[in-house]
Amino acid sequence: MSYTVLAVVGVAGALVLDLVVLRTRIVTGRAFWTAYAIVIFFQLVTNGWLTGRDIVTYDEAQIVGLRLVFAPVEDLLFGFSLVVQTLAWWVWWGRRSGDVRSEGRA
Amino acid sequence: MLAFCLLGTLPLELRLGVRVYRQWRRLVLTLLPVVTVFVMWDLYAIAAGHWDFDEAQTLGIVLPGGVPLEELLFFVVVPTCALLAFEAVRRVKGWPAGNQ
Repeated sequence: MSYTVLAVVGVAGALVLDLVVLRTRIVTGRAFWTAYAIVIFFQLVTNGWLTGRDIVTYDEAQIVGLRLVFAPVEDLLFGFSLVVQTLAWWVWWGRRSGDVRSEGRA
Repeated sequence: MLAFCLLGTLPLELRLGVRVYRQWRRLVLTLLPVVTVFVMWDLYAIAAGHWDFDEAQTLGIVLPGGVPLEELLFFVVVPTCALLAFEAVRRVKGWPAGNQ
């Protein structure tokens, strides 16, 4: 499978984890999208550095070729999947432990 | 770069009091499945040649499967920073986490 295909699968898998498996539904909340806006900005900065300086290089045959700040767009999907999975598990464990703080002040 | 991420988000824990590091058990339990999934992805991607790392610009400590040490640390540091950002937003705004 190409990086492109895996990146799309990664996003779908993360959404299934959040919405269906753990039912944490973080992607339906403002807190997630606000945090993600902050995270994506720093991803573009740090990942731009890593790819711009060729610390990480990609096989052109495995990506669609569209790049943003030196990095393949697939990296954005990869990052989205990483962040969603992390926050979903975090919220899930918070609820299991009965930590009222994790429920927030609705 | 990893140090930049950790130092940049440290004030969120220390000054804003988001309590991510302080809930270290919850943090470890969160990171375990995430690190597992992404290391597997990484192993496949390295084996399939999706991406490669410059040996001159990494520490040179390579784990089994050709995974540089920095890559493993990446899968710990980046999720931790995302959690700090998420909890900081919730703390400042008073917003719930998700499925309310």
